Amino acid sequence: AALKGGLRSQVSAALKEGRVTPTELCQRCLALIKSTKFLNAYITVAEETALKQARESEERYKRGQSLGILDGIPVAVKDNFNTAGIETTCASNMLKGYISPYNATVVQKLLDQGAVLLGKTNLDEFAMGSGSTDGVFGPVRNPWSYSKQYKEKSVPKSHSEDEDSNWVITGGSSGGSAAAVSSFTCFAALGSDTGGSTRNPAAHCGVVGLKPTYGLISRHGLIPLVNSMDVPGILTRCVDDAAVLLGSLAGHDPKDSTTIQDDFKPFELPNLTDVSKLSIGIPKEYHAPGLSSEILALWSKAADLFKNAGAKVVEVSLPHTRYSIVCYHVLCTAEVASNMARFDGLEYGHRSDKKESTESMYAATRREGFNDVVRGRILSGNYFLLKQNYEKYFVKALKVRRLIANDFVKVFRSGVDILLTPTTLSDAAPYMEFIQEDNRTRSAQDDILTQAANMAGLPAINVPTALSARGLPLGLQFIGRSFQEKQLLTVAKWFEKQVQFPVIQLEEVKRHDSSVFQHQKSASFS
Amino acid sequence: QKVSVEVLGHLEHLALVDFRDSEGVERLQKAIQFADQLHEVNTDGVEPMDSVLEDRWCLYLREDDVTEGNCTKELLENAREKVEEYFVAPPGNIPLPKLEEQDTFLQGS
Repeated sequence: AALKGGLRSQVSAALKEGRVTPTELCQRCLALIKSTKFLNAYITVAEETALKQARESEERYKRGQSLGILDGIPVAVKDNFNTAGIETTCASNMLKGYISPYNATVVQKLLDQGAVLLGKTNLDEFAMGSGSTDGVFGPVRNPWSYSKQYKEKSVPKSHSEDEDSNWVITGGSSGGSAAAVSSFTCFAALGSDTGGSTRNPAAHCGVVGLKPTYGLISRHGLIPLVNSMDVPGILTRCVDDAAVLLGSLAGHDPKDSTTIQDDFKPFELPNLTDVSKLSIGIPKEYHAPGLSSEILALWSKAADLFKNAGAKVVEVSLPHTRYSIVCYHVLCTAEVASNMARFDGLEYGHRSDKKESTESMYAATRREGFNDVVRGRILSGNYFLLKQNYEKYFVKALKVRRLIANDFVKVFRSGVDILLTPTTLSDAAPYMEFIQEDNRTRSAQDDILTQAANMAGLPAINVPTALSARGLPLGLQFIGRSFQEKQLLTVAKWFEKQVQFPVIQLEEVKRHDSSVFQHQKSASFS
Repeated sequence: QKVSVEVLGHLEHLALVDFRDSEGVERLQKAIQFADQLHEVNTDGVEPMDSVLEDRWCLYLREDDVTEGNCTKELLENAREKVEEYFVAPPGNIPLPKLEEQDTFLQGS
């Protein structure tokens, strides 16, 4: 039961009172990881170090000297964060076997507060993708594929077909982290978010996915994709837990000069009862082509929910929304071209056997180490950065970026507190369908609703809202003002309480060793 | 318009990554086509935005004090070829063969 509760309200109390010990929690999570191996959510499981951390936590609880809410809490970290002594691969051949010599700042902060690091989660190679299908360790499977809710809505297959050939994707690129939280193998997980990589899988896996304001949480140790947009993302099962994680991670880091210097004060979320002073903006451009009628209806229902509770709900316009994906495409590939230059085989990572010259060794190393997606982005980025193209594409994109950011400034200045939008265009696609289109096309389609928040550096959160007709999670997104995470999360928490998103009912999978989970049903929003 | 073979070869040299096949080149063509949509936007009088934090953050320089280091051993551990405290590279200053001399996909296009 402790596995299901909120960190502040239930798990922390249970640990303090000795109703459950950190070692028990850790062992249970490790066992669950083993029994859900078919999800492929984890690349590395750090069993020994996790148990050691759990034992140390237990000693602290016995002495009455626990470090805080996170002491003894099992967490997972996306495999693009450096973790000392533990392999960090970015799901790429380029970094297979690379053992980090240091901890990313966010990882260090978690460990300093007593969190138990269970392992590193799977992703798209170098966080490029929106499905968590393009890493060298294979795709991640959405736990909801194995839920009672999904199975009872599935068309019965013929006996000859493999029972789980219609499993659905997690979304990406932080799919492993989302799946890990969704399947109860950890209490919280770190992801990263550059174009929606935390919020997208959060929506598809029915968990809370928070993208903090750019500059709030340190990127030191997060292997960079786009330095001007990357942020560490937080994935949890409820909004309160996201606030706990945020409190333990935010703040200036001297090792990351892009973190703001202001003092950050961790906060507890109030239980909002009166929303009459709130102004919710509905950006009309987010009614994007391809948006499913289900999500459109859900979005509308959510707007009505706020209206009926007394909040002011207004339609707003962010006119440059349709250019954000194009702008992102140019800026992202340009920064990627630069960031991937460090992988040359000399100091770390894969190294080719070619010895004729330094350049030929570099070229062969990179040919062998990177997949098509990564190589494609490097080449595109280099094209846009050519002298003859620099003004036309790169600088032009920087100007468009300002227009996109200004759209948000104007809307927030007009009195709107929070924006409400869909997170994804539809529920999770079956893997077989998803791989019909190539990575770049998919990313361009799927990032449309999440990407602009990265462009403007704003905080945004996915809140699981209801189940689709296929029995899969649908989430909605709230976007807030810069550094106003408290307001954003307070509103998100109020919404979460209203919609009562159902708990996943994971079924026994006949091919594998899996235990049956029983839950009480809760009233759902749909 | 299509990207010339010279530019393609130049990109492979700059990026030290190859197109591998016609799909790779097609991918670039599509990426350029996609990016061309940017030119629909009127950006007259708009300054490029380098950072979303431009208003509130001054990139500062910290004091030139050594606060950490002495981790030669750890840093060398992940390198495949090393001698004492050196990373070992193959001979340098040898340019990659020109496009005409290469046995790459681009040669045939």
